[in-house]
Amino acid sequence: MALIQLNRKPLKVRIHITLKPSVLDPQGKVIEQSLKRIGFPQIGQVRQGKFLELTINEKEPKDAEATARLMCEKLLANTVIEDYSIEIIT
Amino acid sequence: MKAAVIVFPGSNCDRDVASALRKYASAQVKMVWHGESALPEVDFIAIPGGFAYGDYLRAGAIAARSPVMESVLKKASAGIPILGICNGFQVLTECGLLPGTLLRNRDLKFVCKTVTLKVATSDSIFTRDFDRNNMVSMPIAHNDGNYYANPETLESLTSENRIAFHYCMKDGSVNDDKSPNGSQMSIAGILSKSRRVLGMMPHPERATDLEHGSTDGKAMFTALVNELA
Amino acid sequence: MTVANLKSAQEMGLTDTEYSRIKKILGRSPNYTELGLFSAMWSEHCSYKSSRKWLSKLPTEAPWVICGPGENAGVVDIGDGLALVFKMESHNHPSYIEPYQGAATGVGGILRDIFTMGARPFASLNCLRFGHEDHPKTRYLLDGVVAGIGGYGNCMGIPTVGGECTFDARYDGNILVNAMSVGVAATDGIFYARATGVDSPVVYVGSKTGRDGIHGATMASASFDEDSQDKRPTVQVGDPFTEKRLLEACLELMSSDAITGIQDMGAAGLTSSAIEMASKGEGGIELDMDLVPSREEGMTPYELMLSESQERMLMVLQPGSEDQARRVFEKWELDFSIIGRVTDSDHIVLKTGGKVAASAPVQPLADGVSYDRPWVEPPMPPQLPALPASLPAPLETLSKMLGGKDLASRRWIWEQYDHSVMADTVTGPGSDAAVIRIHSTNKAIAVTADCTPRYCMAEPKLGGTQAVAECWRNLTCVGAQPLAITDCLNFGNPEKPEVMGQFIRAIEGMSEACSALNFPVVSGNVSFYNETEDSNIPPTPQIGGVGILEDIDLRCDLALTAQCNRLLLVGGAPKHLGQSLFARNIFDGDFGPPPQVDLSLEQKNGNFVRQLIKDQLVTACHDISDGGLLVTIADMCMAGNRGITLEGEETANWLFGEDQARYILATTEDAVGIISEKALRAEVNLAEIGRVGGTRLTLNSGDAIPINTLNELHTEWFPSYTNVS
Repeated sequence: MALIQLNRKPLKVRIHITLKPSVLDPQGKVIEQSLKRIGFPQIGQVRQGKFLELTINEKEPKDAEATARLMCEKLLANTVIEDYSIEIIT
Repeated sequence: MKAAVIVFPGSNCDRDVASALRKYASAQVKMVWHGESALPEVDFIAIPGGFAYGDYLRAGAIAARSPVMESVLKKASAGIPILGICNGFQVLTECGLLPGTLLRNRDLKFVCKTVTLKVATSDSIFTRDFDRNNMVSMPIAHNDGNYYANPETLESLTSENRIAFHYCMKDGSVNDDKSPNGSQMSIAGILSKSRRVLGMMPHPERATDLEHGSTDGKAMFTALVNELA
Repeated sequence: MTVANLKSAQEMGLTDTEYSRIKKILGRSPNYTELGLFSAMWSEHCSYKSSRKWLSKLPTEAPWVICGPGENAGVVDIGDGLALVFKMESHNHPSYIEPYQGAATGVGGILRDIFTMGARPFASLNCLRFGHEDHPKTRYLLDGVVAGIGGYGNCMGIPTVGGECTFDARYDGNILVNAMSVGVAATDGIFYARATGVDSPVVYVGSKTGRDGIHGATMASASFDEDSQDKRPTVQVGDPFTEKRLLEACLELMSSDAITGIQDMGAAGLTSSAIEMASKGEGGIELDMDLVPSREEGMTPYELMLSESQERMLMVLQPGSEDQARRVFEKWELDFSIIGRVTDSDHIVLKTGGKVAASAPVQPLADGVSYDRPWVEPPMPPQLPALPASLPAPLETLSKMLGGKDLASRRWIWEQYDHSVMADTVTGPGSDAAVIRIHSTNKAIAVTADCTPRYCMAEPKLGGTQAVAECWRNLTCVGAQPLAITDCLNFGNPEKPEVMGQFIRAIEGMSEACSALNFPVVSGNVSFYNETEDSNIPPTPQIGGVGILEDIDLRCDLALTAQCNRLLLVGGAPKHLGQSLFARNIFDGDFGPPPQVDLSLEQKNGNFVRQLIKDQLVTACHDISDGGLLVTIADMCMAGNRGITLEGEETANWLFGEDQARYILATTEDAVGIISEKALRAEVNLAEIGRVGGTRLTLNSGDAIPINTLNELHTEWFPSYTNVS
């Protein structure tokens, strides 16, 4: 019996790219100071990163995650100074 | 001498460096589009300044993954000298030909001014016509020139004498707090282990003619004539 | 289906009378899309309806002018088969609403105006007028605007080499961002905005069209009120990376014969470019809206026509060259779509789904409307009060002025701009004029931008004359022969007679100077409606001028050098304190008439100085303007890190008067005699006023201040101002 290929919606992938803890983040520092100045003394450290939202044409979430991981290693993150985390939205 | 200047979408200083190579290195220059899969026979490769791919994602990141870069890497292995200026330096760190990375300037603003550099080594084909500890003047113009590398890398750069230039004060003293962009050890340029790849943030091609105010960059191009004739 | 009626016409900024006229022209009621076309083309920004009648009075011709106002930019011949293409434009309203993107897209827009004519831009300038420095929005606007200009211009790889920046409470609700650019082209390689050749393909290239900026032209044609915050979505986001690719692709294709006409899509987007090109060509154009590249779903013809998405051009190609053109744009990864054809129907016809969505005659759209707005004579300026009996010591005043917002070094701004990319900048920001070498030649261009709004406020006509004269002087100071100007006329609400009066008189003043100095207007822009809640900006006719240096080695600069021994004053002792910065400091306001401008004296003195520079008798040169003689001399000392001893009288009038047509020259000991003889023969007023030497600025009285101290004071204001949160 032939499997009918249903038209699945592409999977949505969310990727957060952040500086490694050891790397200085001057932008984060400035944001932290600005927040304190405008009335948020309770703010602690601020680290600024990047957020990417992609649609990937993969059937299985685990395939999408593997692809996303590969993309991060190859281009999206500079692994010398950046970490990344991946979230698949089903 | 046959030179190639790589042109990415967004490169700006390709014509500038080609001019300097023709005028002062007597080079036959070929402008090579990033989409080419192979480089022609060349004696020298320049990766120019600018905003390749708009500096989007990270400066030099997307350019470093262009089709032509595979050929550039092969040429580097074969010992062909490569000079990466500004955006070119960023591309070289992104493709692994040089260690470390260039982060956003410490003061978070684009900075364009003429700076004083201390030549840290004359043991390279690019800097052979300078004396060690010479001070030279060249313009910088960048958003992301803050050199960063982990302690082990900095250690090997130092012990192997591969730092090419430091930003320094007019009196020659190096003061990391006063560097124009916050670079570690005030590093303005570094060499590969082979000493045949140089990446530098300042623009020597903007300091060659009398009209430029400083002609200190000229010696880097004239040095190539002798080396690669 | 959106309804088209009087109410929708009014919402689009049209008057009842204009709506009636449209109905008459069409012989029926317009549909919504057609109404949109008229509202855009007949807006103040596109049709110049309040200014046209008066702009025609500006001198626009000279033997070296190839193309005057009316095209995308002005073109002047600089010899050796080369031409300069240049223009200045405003992006005031968007920059107030979203400073980074407003300023960035302003830069983008002016650059497109240059390269659409076949010229590679090689120098940019910008003139910024912010509100009072203590106004809550000023720091935010300054930061954003400077970052935006830098962000766009630097990425494009075009050096930003000059401009102006001032702070004045009268711009609190309406900042000004005027962007200028200069490019070079072959005289036989200039491209014009005309759709010629019936059935020629009309091609859209660049970025896809989105819903941003719809009716941006209408925003520029209206004043601000408290609801303006909602106008945020009408500011577009610029993408300099795309524009850089567009620049390279266009220039690449322009080296062939493929393009017969081209125009960038600026204010009123596809509407203005299609209609203007048709009106200057065969008369008609037909577009298929379904072929317009769009980045959003379901855009209507109205939206596609009125969108002001950035980085797009409209071209007409030689039939048969479509594939060649497509290859170039695909190489640079830009959208390329043949969206229509040139017709001789005298109409603009828009089709979608095979049916006509809009049709209107081109000429009435392109002609726009012209109004003769009522105006009143501007009032006389207030009298200058008598100076107080005791004044602070001159050097104390000098320190205060150099350290204040009006005269402090603008280095903080221009170090954020790449001013040396393209490797041809010889004199960058900080001088009287920027000097840029013409690549691979020994010639150079000088470029500067000038306007003194307080003079214009006090006496609009004199202010207009002075702006042109100062521009001409600044070019002369570096040794250049002034060629032509572009202008950006920033004014308030033209429906107010007093504003219209300022405009008319300013143009009159400008015209007189342009004629007398052989310095015509070849391009320009008018920005009206710089008004917030009934408060109008001072009249601000911003002038941008270019000049030529035939031999780059014969240029001059204001910095004192080792070859400077003696200081000379050309033009006679200054004495006029009306509207001076000195008086502003003393009286905390602007009083008195501005200094007179004697155009024949300007010419005489300027030509004399220029010739001296050419004869290599002058080792430094600077004209007297804001602040007067003492400030001028201090500028020369600070730039050269050298002191002087002044030998003149030390009255406030002499030290701080802002009389026009005056220059400070530095020269060698030996040259003084020769120069004096020449001055006598030329009937030019020349006086020896000082000696160069030492490390201090010393007055006749013996009071002195170290140049180092002046330099510290001078570079303090901006960093302190911007470091505070």
